[in-house]
Amino acid sequence: MTITESANNPKAFAPGVDKSKSYQANFKVWRGNSETGALQDYSVEVNDGEVVLDIIFRIQADQANDMAVRWNCKAGKCGSCSAEINGRPRLMCMTRMSALPPGEEVVVTPMRAFPVIKDLVTDVSFNYEKAKQIPAFAPKPREADGTYRMQQIDVERGQEFRKCIECFMCQNVCHVVRDHEENKKSFAGPRFFIRLAELDMHPLDTNDRQMLAQEKHGLGMCNITKCCTEVCPEHIKITDNGIIPLKERVVDRKYDPLFKILGLSKKKTND
Amino acid sequence: MTELERHSYDVLVIGAGGAGLRAAIAAHEAGARTAVVCKSLLGKAHTVMAEGGIAAAMGNVWPEDNWKVHFRDTMRGGKMLNNWRMAQLHAQEAPSRVWELEEWGALFDRTKDGLISQRDFGGHRYARLAHVGDRTGLEMIRTLQQRVVALGIDVYMECTITRLLTDGTGEAAHGANRGNIAGAFGYWRETGRFVAFDAPAVILATGGIGKTFKVTSNSWEYSGDGHALAARVGGTLLNMEFIQFHPTGMVWPPSVRGILVTESVRGDGGILKNSDGKRFMFDYIPEFFKADTADTEAEADRWYEDKTNNRRPPELLPRDEVARAINAEVKAGRGTPAGGAFLDIASRRTPEYIRKRLPSMYHQFKELADVDITAEPMEVGPTCHYIMGGVEVEPDTAAAMVPGLYAAGEVAGGMHGSNRLGGNSLSDLIVFGKRAGDAAADYAKGLGSAPKAADGQIEVASKEALAPFEREGGENPYALHQELQTTMNLLVGIIRDADEMRDALAKLQEFKDRAKNVTVEGNRMFNPGWHLAVDLNNMLLCSEMVAKAALEREESRGGHTRNDFPKADPEWGSKNLILSEKDGEVSLVHKPLPVMPDDLKVLFEESK
Repeated sequence: MTITESANNPKAFAPGVDKSKSYQANFKVWRGNSETGALQDYSVEVNDGEVVLDIIFRIQADQANDMAVRWNCKAGKCGSCSAEINGRPRLMCMTRMSALPPGEEVVVTPMRAFPVIKDLVTDVSFNYEKAKQIPAFAPKPREADGTYRMQQIDVERGQEFRKCIECFMCQNVCHVVRDHEENKKSFAGPRFFIRLAELDMHPLDTNDRQMLAQEKHGLGMCNITKCCTEVCPEHIKITDNGIIPLKERVVDRKYDPLFKILGLSKKKTND
Repeated sequence: MTELERHSYDVLVIGAGGAGLRAAIAAHEAGARTAVVCKSLLGKAHTVMAEGGIAAAMGNVWPEDNWKVHFRDTMRGGKMLNNWRMAQLHAQEAPSRVWELEEWGALFDRTKDGLISQRDFGGHRYARLAHVGDRTGLEMIRTLQQRVVALGIDVYMECTITRLLTDGTGEAAHGANRGNIAGAFGYWRETGRFVAFDAPAVILATGGIGKTFKVTSNSWEYSGDGHALAARVGGTLLNMEFIQFHPTGMVWPPSVRGILVTESVRGDGGILKNSDGKRFMFDYIPEFFKADTADTEAEADRWYEDKTNNRRPPELLPRDEVARAINAEVKAGRGTPAGGAFLDIASRRTPEYIRKRLPSMYHQFKELADVDITAEPMEVGPTCHYIMGGVEVEPDTAAAMVPGLYAAGEVAGGMHGSNRLGGNSLSDLIVFGKRAGDAAADYAKGLGSAPKAADGQIEVASKEALAPFEREGGENPYALHQELQTTMNLLVGIIRDADEMRDALAKLQEFKDRAKNVTVEGNRMFNPGWHLAVDLNNMLLCSEMVAKAALEREESRGGHTRNDFPKADPEWGSKNLILSEKDGEVSLVHKPLPVMPDDLKVLFEESK
């Protein structure tokens, strides 16, 4: 096959599109802005192997050119295309159409815990403000030979949390803020608890993160319902490996008589 | 009309990927008032997609490694068309930039001695890539993002720059938009309202042009904005014909065609097979790499453990070679059902090893294709991944050919020659990001008074951006974009031919005319149709540059393969192609490649 032949046959570059498996789906997509909005119906073609984001693109290209949606990588690595699919927070790019109930309507709405900007796009600036409130990583000095030495097993604990792609679905689903706007001020949310946990477990960090988590970021408000863990597309064990160990350390510190008597609060405990 | 929102800085960085963030940190630390503007949210830039690692000759795994070996590998990978000085600086400075990331909190995988671990990759003599599983780009962007936040650098998110501003003092013949950089003009995606930044120094860190191709690993952001912004104020672009088609993109299901499958799969032991079950890469070892490449499966397999006495497996040849080989196998009728090659690690490594080393590939295939890569082979094929060409810059300062303009990362040209080695992109970002930031801060500081945007530039830019709303009954931008992508893929893709490229140029001319008539519906609030209509102009300009340069270069080298000129030509090997734009027309001149000094030339003679 020469290139010229393939030029006449665009399919040559996309073999595998088996149109016999295509079907027409009914989508309900929330359209609107900060003031008003409603679900709108779209009847749209679905092909074999497609994900919800493909369908949103098709609606956008053919039926609603101005439909607002965030996305970047379309491979589950950037965390931009978070939305609620049939009421469940999901990455649209990682939700295969074949995984949804066949024949049923697909309802796509914006994340509920954040103010809507337009259509599926929400104002997630809450998260960027919270990020600014976390004191920066502060490493201890390098070793005499100019290196930092860390064991793989010690970096792996923090690496689990650094897999976070900041899709903010854990923030969206957390009941402390999902229906309680008033809690946002004093509650950083699961994404930032694992950020604090990650820094706390970082072999090189010298800042004290534990009391900070409790006193400034509302760790105590979390009552471990694990909703965040359930929605995490990176399968980070947010509650078990992040929040609970952090809570335990805080408790150890708070009720340690030595800390109380001597007023020690700055020393970092490494296990 | 409401008053225009205006901000003033010493250094404005456009783009918040690895290069942009590193540049902003450098400029800020050098004392410049610095801001970053980006089209997406902070932390979502294309750098997060990088999987394999950061190439840096730290010598943690192989003490024999040093910058000279890395430099040699880079130049050979680029088929000697790299700007030697950039390749030298890159190889020399990459280790320090990696250690710096560690100091800012990056948690790289470790060696047994507790140092940063380094993995094998195509074209690199030694295991050299600092990595975090297969999500190194995410680690880099998060580390830089958190550093930027810690330093309190201003970041303007979801803001698109459509024009650079100049003081209009440039050569009169080139029109009023030439001169010294004075700032940038753009719109907020959320509201659609305009914003201007007054800044004497602007750093372009906008990435590539991959969204001009149909099968691509690149996101919507990759519309060649920086290339076009530079060209429209008189900047020159270098060797735009060199485009890397990554050999291993997903090919099934069709909706994910093009999504990247990291080279680490091969670095960690994966092999390529055709539909006959044959490990075909041994048939595609070019003369240029024969001396360095194993010619039996036994030797190739021993190499992973003993690099001193064995040569590299052919699966780890530079990307251009592997991509062409897969392409040829598919054309010869030995492709997989979905039209690719089999990439097999399941039969070569244990499931535990695969899940540990390649966690995100494991998930990607499991969730998108229903394939368990620890038990079955993957189907892969070439995907548009990276442009080696880009804005012509001064090697030491990343300064473009416009006073006050800088470019770093993928948008800059020269560093990678005709083909980039895997892992050299992330290191490029931080090495030249820092250099650009330092130089831009220095330039801004040295100016007596900041240049002011010439009268009328903002009015012209506003009018141009709003034009799609003014028209009625024209074409939908999505349809035109899809046609452009198909045309580039088919006619200026991995294998090229003069006739086809002439067809492509004729089509591009037609698209340019049609783009003038594109209409968008709705209003200015977060309107992706409008955003695409604006970005399309950049994609069209870049596509034309790619096609013109590709037609001009009558040889095959790296990421430019001509059916009608299948061999590399030493004459062409000493030439860069320089592109420029004036009044919407693209022109092209030949320029001799800078000559490498003798003390570096020796490195290539010794190895023969």
